[in-house]
Amino acid sequence: MNQTTSARTGLGALLRGNTRRYGMAAALVVIVVLFQILTGGLLLTPLNLTNLILQNSYVLILAIGMMLVIVTGHIDLSVGSVVAFTGAVSAIMLTSWGLPTVVVVPLALLLGALIGAWQGFWIAYVGVPAFIVTLAGMLVFRGATLAVLGGESIAPLPPSLRVLAGGFLPWQGEGPHLPTLLLGVAGAGAVVWIQWRSRTRSLAHGLPVPPAAVTVVVSAVVVAAILAFTYALAERNGLPLVGVLLVALIAGYSFVMRSTTMGRRVYAVGGNERAAALSGIRTRRTTFWVFVNMGMLSALAGLVFTARLNAATPGAGTMFELDAIAAAFIGGASASGGVGTVVGAVIGALVMGVLNNGMSLIGLGVDWQQLIKGLVLLLAVAFDIYNKKRVGGGSVGPVLWRRGGAGTGGLDRDAQGGVGSDRRTAPA
Amino acid sequence: MIDPAADAGHLLSMRDIRKEFPGVRALDGVTLDVREGVVHALMGENGAGKSTLMKVLSGVHPAGTYSGEILLAGAPCSFGGVVDSERAGIAIIHQELALVPQLSITENVLLGHEVSRFGVVDWGATHTRARELLRRVGLDENPATPVSALGIGAQQLVEIAKALAKRVRLLILDEPTSALNETESQRLLDLLGELREQGVTCILISHKLGEVVSVSDEITILRDGRAIETLTVERDTDGTPSVDEDRIIRGMVGRSLDRRHPEPIGEIGPVRFEVVDWTVDHPTQPGRRVVDGVDLHVRAGEIVGLAGLMGAGRTEFAMSLFGRSYGRHVRGLLLKDGTPLPVPDVTAAVRGGLAYVPEDRKTLGLLLDDDIRHNTTLAGLRHVSRYGVVDQERETVEARRMSERMRVRSHGTAQTVRTLSGGNQQKVVLGKWMFTRPELLILDEPTRGIDVGAKYEIHLLIRRLAAEGTAVLLISSELPEVLGMCDRIHTMCEGRLTGEVPAAEADQETLMKLMTRTGDRP
Repeated sequence: MNQTTSARTGLGALLRGNTRRYGMAAALVVIVVLFQILTGGLLLTPLNLTNLILQNSYVLILAIGMMLVIVTGHIDLSVGSVVAFTGAVSAIMLTSWGLPTVVVVPLALLLGALIGAWQGFWIAYVGVPAFIVTLAGMLVFRGATLAVLGGESIAPLPPSLRVLAGGFLPWQGEGPHLPTLLLGVAGAGAVVWIQWRSRTRSLAHGLPVPPAAVTVVVSAVVVAAILAFTYALAERNGLPLVGVLLVALIAGYSFVMRSTTMGRRVYAVGGNERAAALSGIRTRRTTFWVFVNMGMLSALAGLVFTARLNAATPGAGTMFELDAIAAAFIGGASASGGVGTVVGAVIGALVMGVLNNGMSLIGLGVDWQQLIKGLVLLLAVAFDIYNKKRVGGGSVGPVLWRRGGAGTGGLDRDAQGGVGSDRRTAPA
Repeated sequence: MIDPAADAGHLLSMRDIRKEFPGVRALDGVTLDVREGVVHALMGENGAGKSTLMKVLSGVHPAGTYSGEILLAGAPCSFGGVVDSERAGIAIIHQELALVPQLSITENVLLGHEVSRFGVVDWGATHTRARELLRRVGLDENPATPVSALGIGAQQLVEIAKALAKRVRLLILDEPTSALNETESQRLLDLLGELREQGVTCILISHKLGEVVSVSDEITILRDGRAIETLTVERDTDGTPSVDEDRIIRGMVGRSLDRRHPEPIGEIGPVRFEVVDWTVDHPTQPGRRVVDGVDLHVRAGEIVGLAGLMGAGRTEFAMSLFGRSYGRHVRGLLLKDGTPLPVPDVTAAVRGGLAYVPEDRKTLGLLLDDDIRHNTTLAGLRHVSRYGVVDQERETVEARRMSERMRVRSHGTAQTVRTLSGGNQQKVVLGKWMFTRPELLILDEPTRGIDVGAKYEIHLLIRRLAAEGTAVLLISSELPEVLGMCDRIHTMCEGRLTGEVPAAEADQETLMKLMTRTGDRP
């Protein structure tokens, strides 16, 4: 048979199978380098890097949740309104009710989860298309925000909440920010360990692995990037607390989606709902929980955004859903479901974030920013579909990104009803 | 160049048609001549190439994707699409009807051919024209009725009227009677005769030997992508045709049956699974019984066949058994080794040792955009995971092992399933269910649309599984497959079991009679 017998796979095959993922990561690097040059080195200064994290934190949080929603084959248009609503309710709880932040944060997350459960119920159990349910949610929760705020903003907020968006890892000593550096080293170590462990285990099972040089180079690049990034941050205030939160979310959701049966179910439901159901997956329950999760992440984004603004405003979060959706699609999600990775969504969000930040730094107007971002989204997905038509091969990527097939973006899923050919029975 | 065939009164000549799909040679130099004004039947087993040949003819597979020559009334044609072939007077009526259910009969029949002036439809004239066409096909319905209100037989007639509206010269019917009852079928066959009188030439694809013999003037038999022979049917004075069903079967099968299916290998053990009085109602039409009081049992190592025509309720029975994946008010008892096995959902069914390989692998079996590995383990993730965390290296090893066992031809388990050929996709689905270590394996049309070589491999795999003690329930519409593979055969018709025959004593004729036995319901 044509099963690969050698324990090594060529670099060519590796790249062929992963054009999409490497393509977008490469695009991110190109964009970073481009703006680093255009801004005369302003982009990668410690101050601006900190800003990049803070500015994009809530979109990153939303993009992770949105990726899950899109993988199940749905969409969520309500996240911007949910961000505003949970932010507003949190602000009321903090100021009018005088509740402490440690109580308000879990309550806000619970509220988000309940909103998600509400929408998930209609989508998963009643069968109303997610587009409709969340479009309704977009209006409902924007209205609810206006109602609870009475059309006014609430500001300022207690410092205990503002820490969420403006706080840094604590450090009193001299010189560079030591905890940040230690975290960077630990992170780099973790990446190397994961790569190495997967490689040795694959070899032990006699499975094909990419050439050692590739693993070493990939690990070295990732380690260098992590160390350079953390060092740059350490020169100033260190890693923002929200950065720690993001790293934890990205790592956690990547693990769940890639390595757990739960993640597999989400992919299966999006890939082919009926096949998933016939494989013993409770498809409706899976969809329901994906929306609960989205609601909770929206609430988290709402807290971070409110903290950063130091105010709850009626217009908060407008268009956030579109940023999150764009990030997921730029990051390789398929509109027909079943395809997409958390790391992809993060890269997608970073591409948008760096574009925003870089274009602002060079003084490009909002008009041009919107136009360029729109074209980037269109080209990224078009590239995807083009790729899907061209390659169909396998993928043996670095462990962190490995997931499923290479192709994404198609809209050609079979959509037949009934049970096979025995379905042709006459209407009575 | 004028082809001599045209002089012989041939409306259609297809010369040396070859067509390949990735991994399958569907047509291997087929030549087909159809005289003007006849009913020409195209016979062959599933996968013999009948539908592909008709798709080539009707432009579904456009010129350039096949090699060979098509002559219509002596003139060479190359169709870039269905529009071109329709313009030339060829219409095809597929197994799946192409009607818009919400629109009226008139709107469907004259879709795109409405009587209009300057783009404004003259509904009066359009209805009149539609009524005229309906009269030609013998359908007595108000043309304003929405198509969704019609039965399947009437819908078929609407399809034919629609073809006539396009001034069709050559009408292709792909298994038109497969979903029709006896009366409706007869009406349709009579209509073919009438159309022949009106000068419309028909190509009829059908698996039903009786109707082919009764209505056809010419019969071409396809086998493994080749045209084996064309028989001319003469009728003597009392209407007895010169070709009988046995003659056609001989041509279709060609080889002796025992060489086409692997020999039985293991021993048959005690009864493992027993179904008692299984009854299922239609999911949206309460009170309509789709499966009605089915009793059967399967022994360890035994392959039990479930034969029936389309719509007999076999798939519905299997899916309702498999964790109530079909229907409502599922009643009845499933026993495993003599004790009741509750199967309220698919998870319970899988844990109870059931596996169902669905009929339609693309829509019900596979995650097409995912790889072989993830597809293989999907239903049996618990075998490669602990505390909900999948051991990915072990998963890959298991998937590779299963692919080798199933002889999946691929570049490795990371290959996307969509890019595999049909036979290999089917092997992945089989492997997926093997991976759950089933004790009762239900196979629903396991070799539909698969080439002969892969078919043999799949049959061999089924035999091996049975030899290992798995109880197998095999649903198939291909009688040779049922006869060649099974130890015992049940026939099903309109939701009921209508007969049970040991395979050794069965032949196609007995099965066909039992499969169509509808009369004796209490």
